[in-house]
Amino acid sequence: MRGGASVIDSIKDFVSWFFVTGDPLIYGADVAIVLTTVAIIFVLTYFRKWDWLWREWLTTVDHKRVGIMYIIASLLMLFRGGVDALLMRTQLAFPDLKFLSPEHYNEVFTTHGVEMIFFMAMPLMFGLFNIAVPLQLGARDVAFPFLNSLSFWLFFMGAMLFNMSFVIGGSANAGWLSYPPLSELTGSPGVGEDFYIWGVQISGIGSLMTGINFIVTIVKMRAPGMTWSRVPIFTWSVLSSCIAIIVAFPVLTVTLALVFLDRFLGAHFFTTDGGGNAMMYVNLIWMWGHPEVYIIVLPAFGVFSEVVAAFSRKRLFGYGSMVFAMLSISLLAYFTWLHHFFTMGSGADVNLFFAITTMIIAIPTGVKIFNWLFTMYRGRITFQTPMLWTLGFIPCFVVGGMTGVMLSAAPADFQFHNSYFLIAHFHQVLIGGAVFGYFAGLYYWWPKIFGFKLNEPIGKWAFWIWNIGFYVCFMPQYFVGLDGMTRRLSSYGWDKGWWAMNFTSTIGGFLMGLGFLFQVWQIAHSIKFMEKDTTGDPWGARTLEWSIPSPAPLYNFATIPVVTDRDDWWEEKERIAAGKAPKARPKLEPIHMPKNSPIPFIQAICWFTVGFGLVFHWLWIAIPGFIGIALTMLAHSFNYDTDYYIPVDEIKRTEAKAGRIV
Amino acid sequence: MNTSKLLRLPATIGVLVSTVLLTSGCKSMIVFDPKGPIGSQERDLIYITTLLCLIIVVPVLVITAWIIWRFRNKKDNNAPYQPIWSHSTKLEILWWGISIAVILVVGIVTARYTYALDPAKPIASDKKAITVQVTSLDWKWLFQYPEQGIATVNYLVIPERTPIKFELTADGPMNSFWVPQLGGMIYTMSGMATTLYLQADEPGNYMGTGANFTGRDFAKMGFTAKATSKADFDQWVAESKAKGKALSEEGYQQLAAQGTSDRLTFASIPSGLFERIVHEYSTSRGAPPGYTIRARTLSEEKKAEHTEHSKNGQLPPGNNAQKDAPDVRSFGQSDYNSHNMHMNHGK
Repeated sequence: MRGGASVIDSIKDFVSWFFVTGDPLIYGADVAIVLTTVAIIFVLTYFRKWDWLWREWLTTVDHKRVGIMYIIASLLMLFRGGVDALLMRTQLAFPDLKFLSPEHYNEVFTTHGVEMIFFMAMPLMFGLFNIAVPLQLGARDVAFPFLNSLSFWLFFMGAMLFNMSFVIGGSANAGWLSYPPLSELTGSPGVGEDFYIWGVQISGIGSLMTGINFIVTIVKMRAPGMTWSRVPIFTWSVLSSCIAIIVAFPVLTVTLALVFLDRFLGAHFFTTDGGGNAMMYVNLIWMWGHPEVYIIVLPAFGVFSEVVAAFSRKRLFGYGSMVFAMLSISLLAYFTWLHHFFTMGSGADVNLFFAITTMIIAIPTGVKIFNWLFTMYRGRITFQTPMLWTLGFIPCFVVGGMTGVMLSAAPADFQFHNSYFLIAHFHQVLIGGAVFGYFAGLYYWWPKIFGFKLNEPIGKWAFWIWNIGFYVCFMPQYFVGLDGMTRRLSSYGWDKGWWAMNFTSTIGGFLMGLGFLFQVWQIAHSIKFMEKDTTGDPWGARTLEWSIPSPAPLYNFATIPVVTDRDDWWEEKERIAAGKAPKARPKLEPIHMPKNSPIPFIQAICWFTVGFGLVFHWLWIAIPGFIGIALTMLAHSFNYDTDYYIPVDEIKRTEAKAGRIV
Repeated sequence: MNTSKLLRLPATIGVLVSTVLLTSGCKSMIVFDPKGPIGSQERDLIYITTLLCLIIVVPVLVITAWIIWRFRNKKDNNAPYQPIWSHSTKLEILWWGISIAVILVVGIVTARYTYALDPAKPIASDKKAITVQVTSLDWKWLFQYPEQGIATVNYLVIPERTPIKFELTADGPMNSFWVPQLGGMIYTMSGMATTLYLQADEPGNYMGTGANFTGRDFAKMGFTAKATSKADFDQWVAESKAKGKALSEEGYQQLAAQGTSDRLTFASIPSGLFERIVHEYSTSRGAPPGYTIRARTLSEEKKAEHTEHSKNGQLPPGNNAQKDAPDVRSFGQSDYNSHNMHMNHGK
């Protein structure tokens, strides 16, 4: 009998250790997760969609579908990261509030940072890459469609692994960059940090592969006639971002691997006891981390450039200067990492070097602002939602850039560092720069992706609520930072005098949440009352992707276009409007396409298994996962049946359905 | 178009309300109310860089608003429309030039201040600097006064108008020492010692805090820095020596264990404790066991080369309004006994 009881006890012990318990918020989430899963399974089964899901989505290598999956996943992560933000803002709304315990607060802000950077910003950006780049280049897919699908599934499984920590095992709580020694076993004995390491590691490998994929795509797959001076500006921004990715991400991979060795094998790379050096980690992580913020914001610059030109009905001003500015930003990004620890006492020479290199980045960035302004100058500006987000970006980013220059002055940074001033600055450039940019891009390319436009009036409401919420949320944070409030404080006293500003900030946070709900409503409303895009060019835009039907057919271009101008589609429209003959098109030929493959999905599940096993130090799970990875690689290496041809008849049928004559 | 008109009102109100809220908050911001030479210079630099940036930012915002209004697509808008015009070497030179010029000026100003405000650079004064050795612990601050032979936890007393040489390290996760009204922060890191000179120009209680996240009770790592007259300081030292308890090696180990702490005063400290804390983690730098030299930052070694003095001595304008922190004198001096060490050793 005693033996039986102790088995039950040990099962109980295991369950209470394995699952996160004790917090009503978590129990609520558990119920929500189970119900959602059951609902998804039910719907898929009831409507007999399992086969459709597998054939059309899980195994797809089509860049457009991969892009859609990136976007859906990232918007879900935006929701989760946003809920975390609101939890934090609720805790900070009043002094001495007991809404979240300090431990829980630490987990929430760590999760918020990780979600937003790794699992929202990066995939949303990759979603736009996937949607727009091959279409802008006049290509039929990316250079390596199989790898592209694998990149997506690695990101997805990495994100899922990290998200799991919230209900299983416990979340990381050492901040989104996990500085040691806090992230070492002494500071974080639980499995949360291991979930962080493997979640970020697996998705980071996916990001690196995406960077390689898009560089090759842009270099090798441009349509005939598309010289470098005719490459659309968004594609240029993707190229400069990907150059930064392929240099930065290996640093992240190595850094995370080293900290994993510290935790798993008792190495001492970053633990000060045993000869390691925590500052080495801080250097390494920012050698990736600072380029990362430019990686995220450069494509947004590309979106703004496209949108400004399209909605001003005018050529982009200073194309050469824009390209030069973006490429120089991706290079200069590598000389700024130390400004994240001006206060470590490295001495005036070092601080000054990094202060100056940081300031220099403001030059090309400022030039871009002027170029956007002069694109609008003598244009005809219309205010549809993509343009609204672009216009909202300009003042926001100008002010964020200004506080960036202020932060870069090393001795001034001694007062700003780790304070709410810093929090306000980077949210201003990352939300005002990247998020606004991705929203602009999403609104802009939405008709091309899905074949219908999003409702404009609700979109305008969403824009204004978001923007007002943004300023109400983040402007007070500059001031509360100057009043001595440091980041990551889980609570503060009434005596500090920070209450009014924090409360205002919380109101702003909830307004932004309301703005997000408006966007959800907008999407739901637009799906129901679909405003179909039959033209393929709803905005009167300028680049090649608008020359094909919406949504783009599987093969993108029935015949590969021959490019003669920078804004080739715009020039073509001008020629037709002037009564000249459109460009002659070659005869239709069968189109060479890649075949779908289940291997990326299966291999990513194996990676997930490896990550999960290593998090819990369960080699009996990790080793089969490794074997699975090896086997799927082998299987793909010996697979010679990877492509097929779409016959001419089928192309003709598809084009005719979209109202095109070929 | 109707909706955007509808939205203009709430947008304007939102902007106005936030402006009012923000400007009303300005007066009390402590970074702008410094009480020492380092803090004042840092405030000056913040003002200068802000102004220099505003020279570009304000016109850009005005031009943006004007362009958007002038070239909006309306039927009766007679603004010129030049869809092909997309290049002007003159204009491009103009804004590359303006951007470079402003950054050049900001850079030069920053260079001067970076050398003047090097944290490890001594403050020129006719008074001899007092050394305070700071150790950040989980989750409390230990301040040792090697010359006076006393130590405190979670509060700091310093004489006014006297340079204080803070030597800082960590026994635990890295933290950051910050007393905003006296001047900027510096990291505390295990296995290393950093140096930071600060000075208070007038008596008062100044808010101090740990600025780098260190885990569960990070929010409780606030401390008070109390500046007093020299006479009061000496009296406080004497009282602390008389009434405090001795800090033993063992007592330090207890103190260093994870947990928060009340304010404590110690009448004596083990000799060389700070150096041992630093070198406990510095085996990688080849320090032989027990060998205690003060770890130096790079810039401190260069101190001999740079003999220039920082611009100090000017008293900042301002009032005596301080953060509401309890008077240091009311605790920590007399009522210390071993029972009030409310330390929570881990979970």
